[in-house]
Amino acid sequence: MQMPQPDGFVLSRKDEIVTRLKMVLPENAVISDEVETRAYECDALTAYKCPPLAAVLPTTTEEVSAVLKVCHEMGVPVVPRGSGTSLAGGALPTADCVLLGVAKMNDVLETDYGNRFIRVQTGRTNLSVTGAVEEDGFFYAPDPSSQLACAIAGNIAMNSGGAHCLKYGVTTNNLMGVTMVQMDGTILQIGGAHLDAAGYDLLGLICGSEGQLGVVTEATLRILPKPEGARPVLMGFDSNEVAGACVADIIKAGVLPVAIEFMDRPCIEATEAFAKAGYPMCEALLIVEVEGSDAEIDEQLALILEIARRHNPVELREAKDADEAGRIWLGRKSAFGAMGQINDYMCLDGTIPVSELPYVLRRIGEMSKEYGLDVANVFHAGDGNMHPLILFDANKEGDLEICEAFGADILRLCVEVGGCLTGEHGVGIEKRDLMVDQFAPADLEAQMTVKDVFDPKWLLNPAKVFPLAASESRRSVALAAE
Amino acid sequence: MRPETEAELAEAIATADAPLAIRGGGTRGVNLNGDLIETGGMSGITLYEPGSLTIVVQAGTPLAQVDAALAAEGQRFAFEPMDHRGLMDTSGVPTIGGVVAANVSGPRRVSVGACRDFMLGVRFVDGSGTIVKNGGRVMKNVTGYDLVKLMTGSWGTLGVLTEVSLKVLPQPESSACVLIDGLSDADAVAAMSKALASPFEVSGAAHVPVGQDGSPVTMLRVEGFAGSVTYRSNQIAALFPDHDVRIERDGGAVVKGWAWVRDVEAFRDKAGDVWRVSCTPSDAAEIAARMKADGLIYDWGGGLIWARVPEGTGLRTQLGAFDGHATLVRGTGQLKFQPEPAALAALSNGLRHRFDPKGNLNAGLMG
Repeated sequence: MQMPQPDGFVLSRKDEIVTRLKMVLPENAVISDEVETRAYECDALTAYKCPPLAAVLPTTTEEVSAVLKVCHEMGVPVVPRGSGTSLAGGALPTADCVLLGVAKMNDVLETDYGNRFIRVQTGRTNLSVTGAVEEDGFFYAPDPSSQLACAIAGNIAMNSGGAHCLKYGVTTNNLMGVTMVQMDGTILQIGGAHLDAAGYDLLGLICGSEGQLGVVTEATLRILPKPEGARPVLMGFDSNEVAGACVADIIKAGVLPVAIEFMDRPCIEATEAFAKAGYPMCEALLIVEVEGSDAEIDEQLALILEIARRHNPVELREAKDADEAGRIWLGRKSAFGAMGQINDYMCLDGTIPVSELPYVLRRIGEMSKEYGLDVANVFHAGDGNMHPLILFDANKEGDLEICEAFGADILRLCVEVGGCLTGEHGVGIEKRDLMVDQFAPADLEAQMTVKDVFDPKWLLNPAKVFPLAASESRRSVALAAE
Repeated sequence: MRPETEAELAEAIATADAPLAIRGGGTRGVNLNGDLIETGGMSGITLYEPGSLTIVVQAGTPLAQVDAALAAEGQRFAFEPMDHRGLMDTSGVPTIGGVVAANVSGPRRVSVGACRDFMLGVRFVDGSGTIVKNGGRVMKNVTGYDLVKLMTGSWGTLGVLTEVSLKVLPQPESSACVLIDGLSDADAVAAMSKALASPFEVSGAAHVPVGQDGSPVTMLRVEGFAGSVTYRSNQIAALFPDHDVRIERDGGAVVKGWAWVRDVEAFRDKAGDVWRVSCTPSDAAEIAARMKADGLIYDWGGGLIWARVPEGTGLRTQLGAFDGHATLVRGTGQLKFQPEPAALAALSNGLRHRFDPKGNLNAGLMG
């Protein structure tokens, strides 16, 4: 993965830039020591590392604005960072950038149960948003698997999803308003405690823009009353096709489970060895979870089980109590950890139409043989968001490159069958160069035009999302204008 | 003109040197000057996969045709788009493109989201005649910027939609409506808020100060499997031991009652301007009182106020600053959309200028 050459003129002014930053921030909020900036050299895409020129940790919207004004005036690129859990390299610095971390901004500003929202600073972690309201019977719905660590700022930047979005939607469906700072320091309020935008849906545009349009410092989030209860059921099938057909039949029958998770044999084997959840050894396993009162859960599960039985399952396991429910989820929740135990892996995130599931899984199996690397599949089946895990050995010369080529082919396959490159992780640098496989030049031009409007100098997270060749003329105009 | 294909439309827009008025079915009361471009020639369902909960439709397709296809599979658009014909006294055939362009969302918006929340993909022709696609036909997609949401609700001012893909949901088997009689506006908003904060999945919460029988009624809808609907409607009714509560269990009557709310039937054939005000629900009664309206309907648990006021009323001036915005749905002589603060207006104008450099598309409507 290539990154643009750092701007020599910016590098040469490091001292001056740091001095200016220290004039607008408390002393300890500016990090410029070469050892200390290393802490910010990468996010969860750890194959790529580059310490920033400096890192800043502001505590207020006004400080963020002051930092951006300085960088704007001095022509310094800025890379925003939430908690640094991006799997796509969304927060990967460049050597000539100021990394702007919002981690110190984690206050709850307002909780309003009557109007069902919470307003937080965006450095707050996803799980601690729910933590702030759960005693009163509410929760924040989007639940990416990194929710213990990931920040709302990053969730908004990547429009994060989670296991429960089939029913509750992703971040963009649960975001009501933001305070955002533009690259030139302008502070904007968009949306609020009311629904829908007055003019163009700028909120919808900002959510998922990967920190390229502005730095979101505060967010108004929709919170929901917790359901009375939830219960999973586990089903095993002897082929991926049959499991896929079962998913489609459940959806067609009018049930809307909160989650439908799918694991294939390699994934079941690995998680069993690691977590010993007692899963059946079969080709494909589904975990389906429904919500409501006990009686409502019974009503939905009866229908789901009846459908499952028509597909001759090798196993049907209902949870009789919380302990059994926990065991059903145990393997799924340890899947990524289990994979990490046995191998290095790369986690992909393409989405496909649910109907293409059997074909895509078969093709991935064939490609796995061609590339000589194993793949385990674990994903959100209800919405077609796949997470193939390609296993490789980081210490083996050339293995990462083979793995990346294999991953790119899987993502191209997702696009080919009518899907997309990324369902919830974002493009970052990881899928940047594949954008041309999904979009025509005019499609990319329309998107880059939006960045022109919000950040005319292309200083915010500039080397992400768009193939470097496609964005080059814009980035170099920005440099020349200095 | 009435292009039959996206390419024809692109050619027409690229060569236009005068304002263009974009029209789907012409039912939503937007009458602009300019050469008429009708989208009805681009019609038909491109793809419908019930098992994937997705449908792809050409923008000029009559909504009724799409609804019928969905109903045949026991599915529907969950965001419950209103039919403007009664309120606006228009005829014509509403199109799916019109629904998307205006982000038309009904009572269920409070629980499941707006049209924009169900939008998966768009194809459109921008103001210079370039064909652009964004999003796709899968439910989770964060590949690049979300121009799908930008286009939804942009009223044809950034581009002309040619194809849209949407997420659909199952039709519920059953529905019921808990009705509370005689509440004041403020008490009704509090009651709706209480119901919406319960775990019983209210899918509609409206209050009509002057109901069909002349007295105030507050409506709380639940939908789903039969047993669940019975259970939840009873639980909701039990939240209000001190109120005058009944439960309508006849599904047909429930559907009819909510269509009446959705289409703002109460204001049909009644004179005056009609405004649609989005606000923080708990402010609703106080905001509504400031309107001195001839007619009011609260939807979305108070988050949406429909108001009928004497023609020419300067409602925005009357309301002053509040968290939300007011849209003039029926009436003339004032801006349709609430003016934005300067910094947001600069962004909107910037987008408008980039997507429609000639300023031809539905000129003057927005941005």
